[in-house]
Amino acid sequence: MKLGAYILKRIFLMVIVMFGVATIVFFITHVIPADPVGAILGGNAPIERVDAMRRQLGLDKPITLQFIDYIKGIVHADFGISLKSSRPVLKDIINYFPATIELAIASMIFAVLVGVVLGVFSAIYRNKSIDHFSRVFSILGVSMPVFWLGLLLLLLFYYHLDLLPGGGRNSLFIFPPRITGLLLLDSIIAGDWTAFWDGLSHIILPAFVLGYASAASIARIMRASMLDILKQDFIRTAKSKGLSKRVVIYRHALKNALIPVVTIIGLSFGSLLSGAVLTETIFSWPGLGRYIVNALLVLDYPAVTGGTLFIAFIYSLANLVVDISYAVLDPRMRV
Amino acid sequence: MLNTVKNIGQKEKIKLFLEQRKPIIEDWKHTYYLWKSTPLAMIGTVIIFIFLTVAIFAPLFTTYSPTEQFMEERLLPPSSQHIFGTDQYGRDIFSRVVYGARIEVWIIFIVSIISVMIGIIVGITAGYFGSAVDEILMRITDMFLAFPRLILAMVLTAVLGPNLTNTMIAISLVDWTVYARLGRAEAMKVKSQPYIEAIRAVGAKDLRIIAFHVLPMSISPVIVQLTLRMGTIILTAAGLGFLGLGAQPPTPEWGAIVSDGRSYLVDQWWISTFPGMAIAFVVLGFNLLGDGIRDILDPRLRR
Amino acid sequence: MQKVRGDLLNISKLKVVFYTYRGIIKALNGVELWMNQGERLGIVGETGCGKSVTALSIMGLIEQPGEIIEGDILFGDKLLTSMKENELINIRGKEISMIFQEPNAALNPVMKVGFQIAESIGKVKNKKIGKEVYAEVRRMLEIAGLDWERTINLYPHELSGGMAQRVMIAMALSSNPKLLIADEPTSALDVTIQAQILELLDELVKKFGNAVILITHNMGVAAEFCDKMAVMYAGNMVEYARTTNIFENPHHHYTRGLLKAVPKIGRTDELQSIPGIVPDLVNPPSGCRFHPRCKHVMDICRKDFPPLVEIKPGHYVACYLYWKEGIKNANS
Repeated sequence: MKLGAYILKRIFLMVIVMFGVATIVFFITHVIPADPVGAILGGNAPIERVDAMRRQLGLDKPITLQFIDYIKGIVHADFGISLKSSRPVLKDIINYFPATIELAIASMIFAVLVGVVLGVFSAIYRNKSIDHFSRVFSILGVSMPVFWLGLLLLLLFYYHLDLLPGGGRNSLFIFPPRITGLLLLDSIIAGDWTAFWDGLSHIILPAFVLGYASAASIARIMRASMLDILKQDFIRTAKSKGLSKRVVIYRHALKNALIPVVTIIGLSFGSLLSGAVLTETIFSWPGLGRYIVNALLVLDYPAVTGGTLFIAFIYSLANLVVDISYAVLDPRMRV
Repeated sequence: MLNTVKNIGQKEKIKLFLEQRKPIIEDWKHTYYLWKSTPLAMIGTVIIFIFLTVAIFAPLFTTYSPTEQFMEERLLPPSSQHIFGTDQYGRDIFSRVVYGARIEVWIIFIVSIISVMIGIIVGITAGYFGSAVDEILMRITDMFLAFPRLILAMVLTAVLGPNLTNTMIAISLVDWTVYARLGRAEAMKVKSQPYIEAIRAVGAKDLRIIAFHVLPMSISPVIVQLTLRMGTIILTAAGLGFLGLGAQPPTPEWGAIVSDGRSYLVDQWWISTFPGMAIAFVVLGFNLLGDGIRDILDPRLRR
Repeated sequence: MQKVRGDLLNISKLKVVFYTYRGIIKALNGVELWMNQGERLGIVGETGCGKSVTALSIMGLIEQPGEIIEGDILFGDKLLTSMKENELINIRGKEISMIFQEPNAALNPVMKVGFQIAESIGKVKNKKIGKEVYAEVRRMLEIAGLDWERTINLYPHELSGGMAQRVMIAMALSSNPKLLIADEPTSALDVTIQAQILELLDELVKKFGNAVILITHNMGVAAEFCDKMAVMYAGNMVEYARTTNIFENPHHHYTRGLLKAVPKIGRTDELQSIPGIVPDLVNPPSGCRFHPRCKHVMDICRKDFPPLVEIKPGHYVACYLYWKEGIKNANS
């Protein structure tokens, strides 16, 4: 099977792209800012402090040397020290990232389940009420700004109905165990059900808000893809074999129709990471998105560089996984 | 041909004119029919029409300035005086939303122009020249695509300095990849046409072929893609504004206004709610219109 | 109900329409057709004349925006047109099978071909897909002239057109159906492969004794393979007779035109095309749909549609030129 060679090629390409990504980030954070230190410390900072910071950021060296140091650092997973937290950026990332990935996974599960189910039913019962519902659901999902929807739901479910918590990952006096950093998973491993239910109640709103747009686009693609597949010759063959409608739809059509959806799931992961920035800000979710935003607001360059690179890396990795599963799903891709 | 036309009357001339253009007219009729038979596309068109009208004639719709502060009228709920209420500085939310439409139109306009220009140049160059040029340019495109959009845009605005102009630059620098891929695909398609071979054989230069043959062919898919993306542009700009990394107060950018009202959400819900509704409304319009255009241009529907 | 004229299949007054943007396409306009067990019937005609629609009607696979608005299809003693979907399922694949024009597209791209045949066998014999069924799959692949060890685990895109059509044949014949409908089974294939596939079909059908409807626009293919031929024009059956009669003594002017358009080695007269164009089925000509292209058109042809009448024993034509002969035959 040529799957192995394909995977290797994709990994090789990803390494090249990641190098380019690092270069772009270097350009943005080291070349574009005319006077980063001035911007950080303000105009009237004493000259000694400015010099000290320039040394700390390595800005006293020539740009090529800065770049070499920068790449060296990345290879050793060393992104420098955060100006704000004074901790190594990598430590901060390891600290904040699990919250983001947990939120992203929860949103993704929601989005895929809802999107696929709605899309399939929408296609099968075309122009019936479920189809209309699903299309309205989808078009609203891709139209509403994530941050606005989040605020409104917070207003409704937290302030007015008091059904769900107002933000954060867990309640004040609950101390969830930390093993992998994924709160829900850790709670299950440790058997701490109080922490689990508490965590679950905290993740529902942000996961819904974040996953809604993806659910909407998955439903749309799923519907279109299913309608397209149902018109294909091989569906006619399956019917002419005397297979029941169920078998035709779920065995013959669904697997084919899911193939383009896999690509959308990959793309959705990107918009999930984008949306996570907004969702985390609204729900005070202690994740990497909020970390980057806070770093950007005070121009904490090492934190921005590290966080951005890390997110890009995770996104590329997710796309790699999607491409590979695409090849596994569709035998035509393997040739 | 012309001589015969001269000898016949005006009516016949018109008739002949229509006769000659029958296929085109039929095509337009068909398009109109499809557009009419997709009510959602019609709703989208109406929404965009309202949006543009409001943006262009903003002063006619408002009685208050969008930026002037009246501290004695702060945090008023919606009333006949201020139909969307007022914010913490006593500014009329309705006026801010109406003038905000201008800003959104401006953002869409500038971002579209910059990103299409960059994208088309990169894409056509890659697609037309192929081989190594293609490989390099497309890898660069991939590098930009390796970032989640909003994150790249927000890092760019923050570093350039958060304001409206830089927001537009940043979004353009993120969005051009879409058109690069489109332009490349079109260029590759046109390049392999036999008539291009023929033109080249009579001595046409690359630049001429690109300008007169490749470029015109790629315009219509680009325009379709553009309408599909306008909603996303607004959402990105508003997201940046909301995070405080886009347009800065007192600029009445819709996302920034939502952000303004965030701390007053519980008791003064109107500050955030109305501008957010405006975003959702306009993006909905673009999405409906985009869907409609996609359906209308779908060859499977066109028979 | 019309009288029963064949002991396997009787189609009477079949009308099928498709609702489209341009208007209602009157695809079948009262098709009459019948055949006996073990017979081979060729349906010929130009693209768009309703050959495939007829086939899909028999399978009960006319779907939106299409609809059977009139007529009966009687298969044996079962009235297919009044059957519900869950009853039709037991006919399809079991008693009537079908193979298609584009064999590669007709197979599911994400399933191994072995499984696709197994699925058919399992369905018909009501068995779980297991060892027993796969043994049958191997047997069928061998019968279809394929090396089962090499092909059973392949995906459709890994097969050539000829191989894919052999798989389709194996699948269609695995239930030993009473009727096999082959819709342009060789049109998408290379000429040499065409001959091989036809040979295979011929051999297998001889062996199993299935009746076959072969749909084709190629008169040569039909002549080689079929006992009887039915000529369709714009949604109507215009002539129906034994193959030899059609070729040696065609009556309908459309059939004559078709035969004049067939190139043959040693043929000295010029190839002729039929003047005029295929009618638009949204606004078909009144009366006989062939009348605008017919040299012998009469007033009545523009008004009424000519019924299919027997002008000689076993030779049916729908044309007013032969109307009187037909009446005489019917009376005697």
